[in-house]
Amino acid sequence: MYVAVKGGERAIEEAHRLLADARRGDPAVPEITLAQIEQQLALAVDRVMTEGSVFDRELAALALKQARGDMFEAVFLLRAYRTTLPRFGVSEPIDTAHMTIRRRISATFKDLPGGQILGPTFDYTHRLLDFDLAAPGDGRRERGSLGAPSCRDLEEPIDEPEAAVIPRVVDLLDREGLIESEDPGDEAEPVGDLTREPLRFPCDRAARLQNLARGDEGFLLALGYSTQRGYGRNHPFAGEIRLGEVEVELAPEELGFPVTIASIPVTECHMVNQFKGSATAPAQFTRGYGLAFGEAERKAMVMALVDRALRAGELSEEAASPAQDEEFVLYHSDSVEASGFVQHLKLPHYVDFQSELVLIRNLRAAAGERPSA
Amino acid sequence: MSEYNFAYLDEQTKRMIRRALLKAVAIPGYQVRFGSREMPLSYGWGTGGVQVTAAIIGPDDILKVIDQGADDTTNAVSIRKFFARTTGVRTTTRTERATLIQTRHRIPETPLRDGQIMVFQVPIPEPLRWLEPRESETRKMHALEEYGIMHVRLYEDITLHGRVATAYDYPVRVNGRYIMRPSPIPKFDNPKLDRSPALMLFGAGREKRIYAVPPWTPVKSLDFKDHPFTIERWAQACALCASRESFLDEVIVDDKGGRIFVCSDTDYCGRRQERAR
Repeated sequence: MYVAVKGGERAIEEAHRLLADARRGDPAVPEITLAQIEQQLALAVDRVMTEGSVFDRELAALALKQARGDMFEAVFLLRAYRTTLPRFGVSEPIDTAHMTIRRRISATFKDLPGGQILGPTFDYTHRLLDFDLAAPGDGRRERGSLGAPSCRDLEEPIDEPEAAVIPRVVDLLDREGLIESEDPGDEAEPVGDLTREPLRFPCDRAARLQNLARGDEGFLLALGYSTQRGYGRNHPFAGEIRLGEVEVELAPEELGFPVTIASIPVTECHMVNQFKGSATAPAQFTRGYGLAFGEAERKAMVMALVDRALRAGELSEEAASPAQDEEFVLYHSDSVEASGFVQHLKLPHYVDFQSELVLIRNLRAAAGERPSA
Repeated sequence: MSEYNFAYLDEQTKRMIRRALLKAVAIPGYQVRFGSREMPLSYGWGTGGVQVTAAIIGPDDILKVIDQGADDTTNAVSIRKFFARTTGVRTTTRTERATLIQTRHRIPETPLRDGQIMVFQVPIPEPLRWLEPRESETRKMHALEEYGIMHVRLYEDITLHGRVATAYDYPVRVNGRYIMRPSPIPKFDNPKLDRSPALMLFGAGREKRIYAVPPWTPVKSLDFKDHPFTIERWAQACALCASRESFLDEVIVDDKGGRIFVCSDTDYCGRRQERAR
């Protein structure tokens, strides 16, 4: 006689135990520490912080360890933690013109105030597996051979990070009126927060940028790439990419003036895009903006491309491509939402499927009755 | 779990959700936006339902959680355990004893009573979504009661297949006004929504929408006079309790085409078997 399947609770507990074992792997191999992840898988940590919307290297490292290196799962863990945190206030806008620069490049001017600073980049490495890294060691032997050039490889050595104000390329263009001015809006207005208030369409730029900053890098990369290949082309130039530390200031109500509460590394990208002008606006360059925690150059760049693509409506451009479609992009950029909904297909759907079986059998029976069409 | 608030969510969030619920109850079938939170379970696993339950559950409630009609499917077990841990409320598998029933994909066979609340987990709240993917458009269509597109779709099914080819999440009209998705319940369950004594709440976490059907509200499954709405019927009775009235799951018992049919509602089926003994 048939007995219905039971025992979900035991099965779940056993699954959790197996997962814990699998996470740890071979116990003969030393356990990875959070400090190792934070230091040596720093870009993974940066990505988890950016898409997880929390600047905390240690928590991001913990999430990566617990998630067995799965980025999506790590982002999800950090988000689920973030949602329980109280909100003390909103910081002052960070000032990237006052960034302590580690890397700063412009593709639009050969030289410019502040100069080009290569910084720690993969850009000119030859992608040859460095077998020196496979052997245990302090990992520094590669310098000067295959590894990424560091600041110290520059002709003019920079001992101290650049502390002076290095003007942003877009500000230089702005002075000449060649690029659209950016209205910072009323700073007294409350700042929207997508984690408290759902998206609304048409979406304002602040909400859009928050969505893109939290959005999955892979999804945005493909969309940004598609604009370059003609699906919503907007002629971008990497006006400037800068990486370095910025101060985060908060003005507590009881003090009435801002105090610095942290210094965090961010990557910022200003795309400068062609705009031929319209009936109401003269020809000038337009902007796309990207910002991410830590070293996240690709993310900042694609964010800027997609931000600009999504301004099609505002600039009276034809909006026919996926990257220009606000609802399409912003509703599907979030990896936690996307991953959850795709993977929920694993949950039982016996009932819906049974309904479909009944329907299909009925349709087939009805078709069998009819003379063949 | 003393480090978390009763039912996990903080009181501010619960209040925000309750406000959305009140609005939803006041406008039956209308989708209310709400500031859905990231929950410690995955989107698609019932985050909307869990938030609604968390916002309304009290220490005196008796909670039942079902998935596919069953109390012992893994996700039902997991959600029930979540609330047992974070609230300490009593849980039950008995439909008539529960004050609050969270469900995925079914409405229990045992008739609901006055005072009970059903909480549905909703994947896609928008009934017009497969016809119009844009939220900005569908909101307008609801506002203008512009539902012709839905009737045309049902009509096309009838001309192509001789019947409406929708088996679950079959669209309904609530209180003669809004077209609503009843969540992916089989259309078999749609009649249970009509003038139900229980309050029906629907939570879509990922899509950040809440909607409701208050007690005794008319809920009509869309149809045509010459093609009235019908529900699924089986030639077989339940192999365990012999019911001919319940929704049956098909279970494949061998690789030679052998199959039996059993009730999807495990509580209903178990109680009938007890009574027969």
